[in-house]
Amino acid sequence: MTNSAVTATALRVARGGREVLRDVGFAIPRGSVTGLLGPSGCGKTTLLRAVVGVQAITGGAVEVLGRPAGHTALRHKIGYATQNPAVYADLTVAECLRYFAAVLGAGDVDQVLRDVDLLDHADHLVGTLSGGQRGRASLAVALLGSPELLVLDEPTVGLDPVLREDLWTLFHRLAATGTTLIVSSHVMDEAARCDRLLFLRDGRVLADDTPAGLRAETGEQDLEQAFLHLVRSAA
Amino acid sequence: MNPTTTLATARRVLTQLRHDPRTVAMLLVVPTLLMTLLRFVFNDERVFTRTAPALLGVFPFMIMFLVASVTTLRERTTATLERLMTMPMGRLDLILGYAIAFGALAVAQVGIATAVCAWWLGMAVTGSVWTLLVIAVLDALLGMALGLFVSAFASSEFQAIQFMPLFVLPQFLLCGLLQPRDQMGWPLRWLSDVMPLSYAVDALSRVTAGTGFTGAIRTDLLVVAGCVLLALALGAGTLRRQTA
Repeated sequence: MTNSAVTATALRVARGGREVLRDVGFAIPRGSVTGLLGPSGCGKTTLLRAVVGVQAITGGAVEVLGRPAGHTALRHKIGYATQNPAVYADLTVAECLRYFAAVLGAGDVDQVLRDVDLLDHADHLVGTLSGGQRGRASLAVALLGSPELLVLDEPTVGLDPVLREDLWTLFHRLAATGTTLIVSSHVMDEAARCDRLLFLRDGRVLADDTPAGLRAETGEQDLEQAFLHLVRSAA
Repeated sequence: MNPTTTLATARRVLTQLRHDPRTVAMLLVVPTLLMTLLRFVFNDERVFTRTAPALLGVFPFMIMFLVASVTTLRERTTATLERLMTMPMGRLDLILGYAIAFGALAVAQVGIATAVCAWWLGMAVTGSVWTLLVIAVLDALLGMALGLFVSAFASSEFQAIQFMPLFVLPQFLLCGLLQPRDQMGWPLRWLSDVMPLSYAVDALSRVTAGTGFTGAIRTDLLVVAGCVLLALALGAGTLRRQTA
């Protein structure tokens, strides 16, 4: 158990009378990058919200860093970047980060801005940034205070390939220092960059394995084909 | 309760406003403009003196209600509230941070309007101008606290703005400004008794007419201050760490 940063057992979530997550179980090892992949609307965001503890769950349990998800002691240890950038449009990038840093008691504003390559935009209003830049500003907030667990909902959407490459390098650098990352994406070509994959479809876990393990199991080299193979054999 | 996060939040809200100078200018000037308009509508200093103090409380009450409900609604509907709820941020700290920022703004807003009324528009105050100022600021805070609270029940800016006529105008109609409260029929009288603005307007009328800081004024102020605290606590209660 101590090797797992996040464990979910028989997790169920219903929203508006509809089952969004049905009997989801998995374990995420510490110091790894886990990709949460699946089509739009399959329950990725709900699952991530359950991990950070803002989602009311209907059954099962989620344990994060040895405590139940949402525990007070976890609030210093988790960095969370929502799908829609959670930054104040009417503040500059630096003002926004300084505010969240004050809430967290963190002091590494310049460092995280360098990590997401926004240092030269520090004095720009968030509202004037491009979509991709705004997403990176939101990612920077999640990085504040070097959290043990980073939960990132589609962090690379709308980024050019060079920046995407830089961010994946950053994710693996963080994982090498012991940080656990859960990164969601609906783009299959990001799957190969992850240490582990969690395929989600219709609120169920379709696969929980390493990329190599999935290729071996399905006999497909391409991970998108592997996903399709699993969908077909589950049907 | 954590003073660091409370003050950081207050500073953040004020910084957001600083980037929006048009809103700040309107907040500071509009009540004064309305009072000036009223003065020339009456075109008589004595009639103006009878009505002005009550309106000095009512205008900031309305404006703060609107500004506070829209601002907090924005926080609730964007992902920033969800992010803050995953951080070591107390719900009361967040609400108090907003209260401090808007409270500072209310002091400036009411201060300007009172000064202009007393020195240029000929409003004669028999009691203390300072007491008048305190009551008017408390009114503005009451509007802010109610605005924070009702923003929980709005899911869009359209709804939030509609809450103004719903929550604010009945208080205005029943506060004793249009018709003395003791001349209302019992159902209206009773309604007027449970509305906080009535106590604020009573206190303002007492200051204008009477002398010094009487026990009746103190009671009125305590009722208004109690309502402010109650609305802030209820507002904090409506922030949810977990949502469905």
